[in-house]
Amino acid sequence: MADKVLMKGNEAIAEAAIKAGCRHYFGYPITPQTEVAAYMAKKMPKIGGTFLQAESEIAAINMVYGVASAGLRVMTSSSSPGISLKGEGISYLAGADLPALVVNVQRGGPGLGGIQPSQSDYFQSTRGGGHGDYHMIVLAPSSVQEMAALTVKGFELADKYRMTAMVLADGTMGQMMEPVSLDFEVTPPPEKPWATTGTEMKRKHNIVNSLSLVPEELEKLNIARFERYELVKKNETMYEEYMMDDAEIAIAAFGIAARVSKNAINEARKQGIKVGLIRPITLWPFPDAPFKKAATHVKQFISVELNMGQMIEDVRLASECKVPVTLCNRVGGMIPSPEQVLDAIIKASK
Amino acid sequence: MSEGDNSAFRIPHSAFRGKRVTLILGHYGSGKTNIAVNLAVKYREVAEKVAIADLDIVNPYFRTKDSMDLLKEKGIRLIVSEYANSNVDIPALPQDMYAVTDDKSLTCILDIGGDDRGALVLGRLRPAILEEDDYEMLLVINMYRPLTPDPESTVEVMREIELAANMRFTGIINNSNLGRETTAETVLASLPYAEEVSRLTSLPIVMTTAEIHVAKELDGRVKDLFPLALQKNFIESKI
Repeated sequence: MADKVLMKGNEAIAEAAIKAGCRHYFGYPITPQTEVAAYMAKKMPKIGGTFLQAESEIAAINMVYGVASAGLRVMTSSSSPGISLKGEGISYLAGADLPALVVNVQRGGPGLGGIQPSQSDYFQSTRGGGHGDYHMIVLAPSSVQEMAALTVKGFELADKYRMTAMVLADGTMGQMMEPVSLDFEVTPPPEKPWATTGTEMKRKHNIVNSLSLVPEELEKLNIARFERYELVKKNETMYEEYMMDDAEIAIAAFGIAARVSKNAINEARKQGIKVGLIRPITLWPFPDAPFKKAATHVKQFISVELNMGQMIEDVRLASECKVPVTLCNRVGGMIPSPEQVLDAIIKASK
Repeated sequence: MSEGDNSAFRIPHSAFRGKRVTLILGHYGSGKTNIAVNLAVKYREVAEKVAIADLDIVNPYFRTKDSMDLLKEKGIRLIVSEYANSNVDIPALPQDMYAVTDDKSLTCILDIGGDDRGALVLGRLRPAILEEDDYEMLLVINMYRPLTPDPESTVEVMREIELAANMRFTGIINNSNLGRETTAETVLASLPYAEEVSRLTSLPIVMTTAEIHVAKELDGRVKDLFPLALQKNFIESKI
């Protein structure tokens, strides 16, 4: 194979998952992520893996629960409405402390919405999505290369912290084609002594379960889980800064919105406007530090999003509302243009 | 919207042997639609009545309809489902698709959806195409796509398509590229691959394609070179 290949974002996720050692994929087709399933359907049988098109998204996420219990790297993927269906299963994964990867290639909503790109599942993914006190590690790729890299990262982090990791992409990221290098290191899964792999009559049964009827014990489990979340916050927060050193205006954007924003920033810089970008790569944990720091030298944040303003709340929290945070957005499957973002920058500079 | 102009180039003789119907098939994402639109524009230079039929039942995005303005300007008839690019996510076929086989005055290019799934659409048209027997069926290949990285896997995909189409290919289009990172070397490195696919299948390489700027560098170095004016797709036009 050549050094680089030309891939759709969805294909990059599938190939990276296989590279990361995932041999079990359960899914159900939905635009704009169907290429993940199509790729797995082609490739898994050839490498001794399992591709299964489940009868529904709910069935698929419960199959993920099963394989995760057995300690193997496993994934499912869908798009917004399908992720809502998986919500119950994701909560059960959290309750049973199971590592798994869930991919959401978002489309416009709510409801069935449309098939064009969106970032309107930010709240759903960063706040949990299903019921109960829990978090997922949420990774937001901004290129096809990152679709691959963050898929691998997702599996590694899921295993490291016994959590569900989500790759939160959008329809653009899933559908666009870019050259990708698949030459990356993969950390193999750790030992999983808790997994239900059979006792061989040598140890006690392992039980994987999210039911806990004694409130004192359930409280302890929740507290222990949040202590683990603190470690994730401390160790795994990722972000990119672009032209932030002398910035007087800072854009906050992830995924496709960050790419559009970079174009706008380059144009604004030509006009002498000092503007930069903070791009969260982990949406949970949210990178508070760069925003807190930027709040000491910028006069305004602009949150560029493909939704009605969701990440903007985290930008306000992280910057402790020290400077104004405004919204530049499109919704319903529309993408802000570089010109629209540039206009917002010019307005903020005056 | 097209980038660049390939009007200075002549279409390779090998790619247009006077057949009335040219079917473009290949692996998902191999570049079929771009090639189909460019071929239609070139055919229009030598044929009065040219039509391009978008019979993609696989992908709701990236359709010939993206190039509607260009096709209209060139006087090329676009046969496409009213649902293409409408976000109605159903595999619909155009109501006037039978013009392809009924109207023998048309020079037609058929842009078929990817892989064997896409080729199933030929079930309806195959009997008339075979009976008329005035067609080329061309396989688009790209060595840089992850599921067709070598001649053997490419031939496997090709056989799957033939099985679904119940028709045999007559030629190969080498469209090996790495998107915007394509250089002359990218194309040159793919020539042995394409030649091996040709050897394994006994099919001729009717042309090697390259984006117009890359093609300028390759002029005289690659046999039957066909420069492509890249069609901006639905998503690229937004960002």
